[in-house]
Amino acid sequence: MFKVRSSILLFFLGPAVFSILIFFVLPVAFALVLSLTDFDIYSLGDIKYVKFVGFGNYFKIISDPLFWKALLNTIYFVFVGGPISIAVSLFSALLLQSRLVKFKKVLRFAFFAPVVTTLVAVAIVWRYLYHPRFGLFNQFLMIFGLDPINWLGDPRFAMPSIIILAVWKNFGYNMLIFLAGLQNIPDELYEAAEIDGASFFQKFKNITLPMLSPTMLFVSLTTAIGYFQLFAEPYVMTQGGPLNSTLSIVLLMYQHGFKWWNIGYSTSIAFSLFFIVFLFSLLQLKVQKRGYIFTR
Amino acid sequence: MRKIYGFILNLALLISCVFTISPLLWMISASFMSVGEASQIPIRFLPQNFTLENYKILFSRLNLSRYFLNSLIISSSVTFISLFFNSLAGYAFAKYQFSKRDRLFNFLLSLMVIPGQVTMIPLFLMLKNLGLVNTYLGVIIPGMSSVFGIFMIRQYVLGIPDSLIESARIDGAGEFQIYLKIILPLSKPILITLGLFTFIGTWNDFLWPLIIMTDNSMYTLPVAIANLMGEHAADVELMMAGSVVTVLPILFVFAVAQNYYIQGIIGGALKE
Repeated sequence: MFKVRSSILLFFLGPAVFSILIFFVLPVAFALVLSLTDFDIYSLGDIKYVKFVGFGNYFKIISDPLFWKALLNTIYFVFVGGPISIAVSLFSALLLQSRLVKFKKVLRFAFFAPVVTTLVAVAIVWRYLYHPRFGLFNQFLMIFGLDPINWLGDPRFAMPSIIILAVWKNFGYNMLIFLAGLQNIPDELYEAAEIDGASFFQKFKNITLPMLSPTMLFVSLTTAIGYFQLFAEPYVMTQGGPLNSTLSIVLLMYQHGFKWWNIGYSTSIAFSLFFIVFLFSLLQLKVQKRGYIFTR
Repeated sequence: MRKIYGFILNLALLISCVFTISPLLWMISASFMSVGEASQIPIRFLPQNFTLENYKILFSRLNLSRYFLNSLIISSSVTFISLFFNSLAGYAFAKYQFSKRDRLFNFLLSLMVIPGQVTMIPLFLMLKNLGLVNTYLGVIIPGMSSVFGIFMIRQYVLGIPDSLIESARIDGAGEFQIYLKIILPLSKPILITLGLFTFIGTWNDFLWPLIIMTDNSMYTLPVAIANLMGEHAADVELMMAGSVVTVLPILFVFAVAQNYYIQGIIGGALKE
């Protein structure tokens, strides 16, 4: 530890700390104020038109069926898509971990490649894979004599389609974390279980899963927090349709804020998202005292 | 028994590997198809008439080189500026003693629970007043530093022994010299990891550039191809070429430096 003059301290800390204060903390405070006003397109022209409305926007949210629709859709995405993502990640980590696997590095690269790709670009690709007539998926179904599905055009299938894309795009990330977690389980545990004659599934249930539970918790919560921020997939593939079946909270916020310029209302939607994510983060902080915390 | 198990395992992994990369392979293949080839029954996996026409259209008529340049300028600037700012602060938090240091650091950490979307509307209004809508600075400014980056660098610098800094001080090195000549070279692995995260994250970012860049010529690649989708949704082959141009640079960067990237994810999640 070293002591330095405050001017030197300012030189080192100033750029990062002040840019965070000015371009992150200040906007958050500003957003809180905006969410208590009726700031709209007229106020954008002349600030005189802004009126303080207290918690009016928040009451409006509660009685806005579109917000509830967006919230339920987002919850659907988080609580169906999240567990499926995690299950696929865990399963592929378990397969990849075995000593019998050849070309581990190549496989790891292939499974991870979707994670780094640009979401907008792959969403465009998947839009065509989901094409009702020419798409890969329906042509595949037809080979087996099954009826084609109107993936993105049918309100029942639109969200599942987005979930499949999200699972494909994201599973490699958690897979890596699971792989690292699996490597931390001491071999002796398995050896001892083998001596006792434990089967494959007994070892999985009684050693792997319990030993992975801290990793599992971390993965579940970061995935949930990330999935609550669903935006680009529906923006590119469905624009929230059909019949608002893929409208997410962030998409609704974007539409109110930057399409209809209902800025006050839009920021109150953003704060509702913050509130939900905050609850999950608290949960994460509480249960994850040892590991790092970070959200993507 | 073991042999059979190994065979089945490798086969299962091979099949899932093919499934995983097939959307990306099809994207690349379809980008070389001539008009209409990608919309056929049965589906075509390889181009019949291999053509570079789609790329020619993108770069000549549809201005893609401009968007490519925008993305490159923005992502590189954000990466270098944020590495510089974050490493300055991360080093100070790790090695300098000052009053309220831990409180300030914990305050910064607590900001990580706030989703970025909350700041976007006020930030847009602020930058609009500063005349920064439709400028590179408008995208770069919110990315100039990050709590996550400061945190990662601080953790790494904590592991550098004080004695190195002490002996440099005895030799008469100034504080900035110590940072430049000792701390930065020793932190190379974490700087590369963080730089990769930042570059890839900024390149792929969609919502913020969509908001701040309202003028067509300032679009980044993701915004540009999402916009292209509006007019050219029916031109599958063209859209695939656009996606390739957006995705390939990132895949290339990742392929070259994947070990740093992967170490960063694993270290961030599991180090105790």
